[in-house]
Amino acid sequence: MAIGVKTVRRPEGTTSYLRATLKGMALTFRHLVNPNKVTQEYPDEKPELSPRWRGTHRMEVHADGRPKCVACGLCPTICPSNCIRLVPGEDDQGNRYPVVYEIDEFRCIFCGMCQEVCPVEAIHVGQDYENAEYTRERFVYDLDRLMAQDHPVTVLWDPSDPLSQ
Amino acid sequence: MHEVGALSSTAFLVSSALKVVVAFTLVLVTVAYLTLLERKVCAWMQDRLGPNRVGPKGLFQPLADGLKNILKEETLPAEVSKLFFFLAPMLSIIPALVTFAVIPVAAPLPTPWGLVDMIVADAPIGILLILALSSLGVYGIVMAGWASNNKYAFLGGMRASAQMVSYEVSLGLSLIPVFMLVGNVTLTQVVWTQQEALGLWFALPLGLSFLFFVISAFAETNRLPFDLPESEAELAAGFHTEYSAMKFSMFFITEYAHVLTTSALMATLFLGGWDIPFTNWDDMRVVAPGVVEGAAPSVLKTLATFAAFAVKTFFFVFLYIWVRWTVPRFRYDQVMHLGWKVMLPIALGYVTLMAVSILVLDAIGLEFGFVYGLILTAVNAVATVIFLWVIDRDRVISGAAARRAPRRAPTRPALVLEGEPAFGVPATEPAFVPARSE
Repeated sequence: MAIGVKTVRRPEGTTSYLRATLKGMALTFRHLVNPNKVTQEYPDEKPELSPRWRGTHRMEVHADGRPKCVACGLCPTICPSNCIRLVPGEDDQGNRYPVVYEIDEFRCIFCGMCQEVCPVEAIHVGQDYENAEYTRERFVYDLDRLMAQDHPVTVLWDPSDPLSQ
Repeated sequence: MHEVGALSSTAFLVSSALKVVVAFTLVLVTVAYLTLLERKVCAWMQDRLGPNRVGPKGLFQPLADGLKNILKEETLPAEVSKLFFFLAPMLSIIPALVTFAVIPVAAPLPTPWGLVDMIVADAPIGILLILALSSLGVYGIVMAGWASNNKYAFLGGMRASAQMVSYEVSLGLSLIPVFMLVGNVTLTQVVWTQQEALGLWFALPLGLSFLFFVISAFAETNRLPFDLPESEAELAAGFHTEYSAMKFSMFFITEYAHVLTTSALMATLFLGGWDIPFTNWDDMRVVAPGVVEGAAPSVLKTLATFAAFAVKTFFFVFLYIWVRWTVPRFRYDQVMHLGWKVMLPIALGYVTLMAVSILVLDAIGLEFGFVYGLILTAVNAVATVIFLWVIDRDRVISGAAARRAPRRAPTRPALVLEGEPAFGVPATEPAFVPARSE
């Protein structure tokens, strides 16, 4: 062999083409009649998400409808992909609140660090994945939209309870 | 003999036109649903559900696919040879659809106007016409590969031509024993011989022929394990890489029409065609226009025999799909090796064997009938076992390199710890050692 073809020498018992073919056909036939199919019929049947699934964000609100956010600026600081835009404001009682709070879900890498760092448990990542839009602009979620989200929020991993018991 | 009455020439023309329309529609609709069947069976074999969103259980999927293909944009790549690029899909689809014309699908149907054969054209050259047309089909593929101005398409076309020419030979040779038994090449006569004259389906007295025909038909239709003209993994999509929309769809229809036709042909040649087994209730043949030998024709018999034919055909269609989703593709040299060095000489030897057997049986004066068939069955069983034993001895899949390498002990011992079998290798068998030849 000029081009150095590697020849694998195998015992005849393992090279029987006929036996292998028949065995394979028996196998495929067994699967054909097997009633347990693995297909998940998605729009009709939603996948079960892990409680730690991190999807699109959600802003928690007070009972009177104000966002819980105190505009401390920790989340835009920790955000590794720099997707949070926060303009803080202060009302006449000296309470800080977000004037602008936007999250660009395209830039977001869903690491969940904003939720982890939030001192008042206002911003959360959530268990949600159906977030398709017709335009790119729609992927920048503003404060009203974040507050309107109603999907369950992510349960973050707790170092003191690593197995979530 | 049953006198039913021949068709007048006007009635003959009308019935022929009707048969053409019905057969054409039936074939096209069946082909459309074969694509769904293929996807469904494939899905089930992989423990999936398959297409089920369009209509109840996904039954309208072929319609949706067809609509999509008609509405899609036809692309014309730069630098293609336009004439041949357009001609190729037509040239491949026409032979595929025409072939069905000479296959009898049911027992003759008595009508108030006379007896109607359930075959579009009972051509005296029957099977020869099919062979001629099926070899025309390769031109479309070669032309598509050549005209596309694409290396992948070109390679696909080249492979198709080489493969189809090679297997055409063994396809033809595997049919010779059938002709020797029937003494004729019309398919109606083939069916009659199986149901009455011999009383045995040719799959038994001509078992090896049957095997050869199935293998060659798989190769002729470019279905796995012989789908080298397409080989998605290496050649993009092979000869139809550059085709889109309806032109691509025509190649697709061609492939499935070939599957359907060859399945019908296998059923006709080797499983008795429209014959219902274990009964003489349906055994009949047309000896002259309007005159039937054997059982009396009736509408019920026509329907029942058509059902029998459909069941047999779909058995082979299912076999095609089953094999496709089980067996991996051959390497190209293995295909050529199997075609020229295994199938051709063995088919030639087999033709000789059958000729001698038939000569001997005739010489000792045995009457052509059931016992005659049983003796041929015994001869075939022996021949088939020997053939399978020979091709199964590491000769076909190992490829040229392994065959050329001298048979010798492995040069390098496997890594074996003292007193322990090597990992994953049974202690009694020699370890797998990749030996570099030369």
